[in-house]
Amino acid sequence: MMARFAIRDQRAFAAGALFLGFAIFFYVVALGYPAGTAARMGPGYFPRMLAIVLAAIGLAVMVRAMRSTAERQPLRQWDWKGLAWVTGSVILFALLLFPLGLVGSLFVLIVVSSKASHEFTWKGALANAAVLIALCLLVFVYGLGLRLPVWPALFN
Amino acid sequence: MDLFHNLAIGFSTAAQPANLLYAFSGCLLGTLIGVLPGLGPLATIAMLLPITYALPPEAALIMLAGIYYGAQYGGSTTAIVVNLPGESSSVVTTIDGYQMAKQGRAGVALSTAAIGSFFAGCVATLALAALAGPLTAAALLFGPKEFFALMILGLILASVLSSGPFIEGVGMVVLGMLLSLVGTDLSSGTQRFAFGVPQLFDGLDFVPLAMGIFGFAEIVKNLEQDDKLSLVTQKIANLFPTREDFRRMIPAMLRGTTLGTLLGVLPGGGAVLSSFASYTLEKKLSKHPEQFGKGAIEGIAGPESANNAGAQTSFIPLLTLGVPSNVVMALMVGAMNIHNIQPGPEVMTKNPALFWGLIASMWVGNLMLLILNLPLVGLWVKLLTIPYRYLFPAIMVFCSIGVYSINGGTFEIYEAAAFCVFGYVLIKLQLPAAPLLLGLVLGPAIEENFRRAMVLSRGDASVFLTSPLSAGLLAAAAVAVILITLPAIRARREEALQE
Repeated sequence: MMARFAIRDQRAFAAGALFLGFAIFFYVVALGYPAGTAARMGPGYFPRMLAIVLAAIGLAVMVRAMRSTAERQPLRQWDWKGLAWVTGSVILFALLLFPLGLVGSLFVLIVVSSKASHEFTWKGALANAAVLIALCLLVFVYGLGLRLPVWPALFN
Repeated sequence: MDLFHNLAIGFSTAAQPANLLYAFSGCLLGTLIGVLPGLGPLATIAMLLPITYALPPEAALIMLAGIYYGAQYGGSTTAIVVNLPGESSSVVTTIDGYQMAKQGRAGVALSTAAIGSFFAGCVATLALAALAGPLTAAALLFGPKEFFALMILGLILASVLSSGPFIEGVGMVVLGMLLSLVGTDLSSGTQRFAFGVPQLFDGLDFVPLAMGIFGFAEIVKNLEQDDKLSLVTQKIANLFPTREDFRRMIPAMLRGTTLGTLLGVLPGGGAVLSSFASYTLEKKLSKHPEQFGKGAIEGIAGPESANNAGAQTSFIPLLTLGVPSNVVMALMVGAMNIHNIQPGPEVMTKNPALFWGLIASMWVGNLMLLILNLPLVGLWVKLLTIPYRYLFPAIMVFCSIGVYSINGGTFEIYEAAAFCVFGYVLIKLQLPAAPLLLGLVLGPAIEENFRRAMVLSRGDASVFLTSPLSAGLLAAAAVAVILITLPAIRARREEALQE
């Protein structure tokens, strides 16, 4: 986004754009559902109404961000790496839970998510994994009796 | 008298050894998790929710209420000892609490918070018991248009109280309501926004969403900040306030309790509003306003009493009207649904043991927290010394297992991962997540009541204004909007809500 265009408050502008984007998405999809009438509303009536309200709010927020009185606010720095490690470890856990069982998938979750820290050490992550896996087995599997696959599917 | 009869029913439920044990373990676990930096009551409850699945409904709700108070209490401890609020209602506690801790009076600050919370808890329990009957009776007079108006008022107040510009708060509410439309439309059976994914036919689950935003995304944010905690290192020795301390804290406690009890009942209110309002009031009334921010005991006693009273009375709209007034209450709705309880006026009449048992257990929980926490303060502080690099993988593990156990499938885990990314976007754009979650929870009921009211009026939207009750509620919402957009008040609110 170029700062010489009068977008003084980039944060608010992006927030408004987010609202507008969602509004358009929901409105377009809702066009596929019958709207009905005010007295007999179909499944499409309420979503369209909300989408219009959200679009108006989004536009208002964007316009306000461009006004000359708006406070100057740049977009903040994004930590893509941290986000990727954390989100990725959760997705890996979901993918591996059934093939590897709780023990294996927790191991992956703990080690991969630990990578998100600036103070990552293999020794620390492995020790943490050992402690947490033992704790989870004790609490969730043996203590609370939650139905979780504990060992890899191969052994069953 | 009815009140005492009802409380007797309640205490006979709450005092059953098993329920006492659940209340106790709830308080203990809630404090344990809530004391960890960055974990507020919402994340704590969401994480511990699976533990309660297997319990009978009464026990589950009693335990969850215990977790709630415990987490809130734990948040005060972190606020005082490390200057880190666990959630927004303990933000004001950091101001004077941390200063007192730096002066070597952490013990006194912690016991002031404990005593204030306990006293407020006792009063709020009584208020809850006394108000529940009349309000439930009033709720039975509510039709679709009144419920619609009430929920609009709640959502408006929730946006007013969220951080950031009001209009962005409203935007988040509307976005939350749109997300709530995912799933099956009850009147026509149409699948909306599900895109043929069978797991979406029942709608987006609240728990993966809350975990993604308040658990995972919060971790990404914390990792990025990378600064060391400013832990108070002195030993916490003296817990007892002096006579002078008592003289100053008692009036503050009384005022805080009154304020919290009243504000908690408001839809959209609860602990946050109460604690901010109380701090402002104490500063205004004090003969030594210059001491505020430098360790004034009133600045802890007032807000801590107020937030506990508010936390407790915020159950009132949920239990009597079925309308959750804040995000934590929204999560309680989710928990009740798991046990097939529909929150609302019927709970009290159909299931008095559960209703009054829950209320009585709130008092029991407050007592336990008092007994449990003061002697164990040293232990809680030790917990804070666990480095974050060991702590956050543990949080991720508990959240992931918790999300999985909702339905025993991996779909919810992917959902939580998606909301982690979304939550991170919200953090970067400084958009408040609480109104989004309230919109998500209230959305279906708002649509249903709106559609029903419109059917009854044959499509005439003016019914919302011609019925006195719904017109009154909508007028209150309009007043809130006007007040918040007035420049003078906007400036004051920004001052009060800044973190």
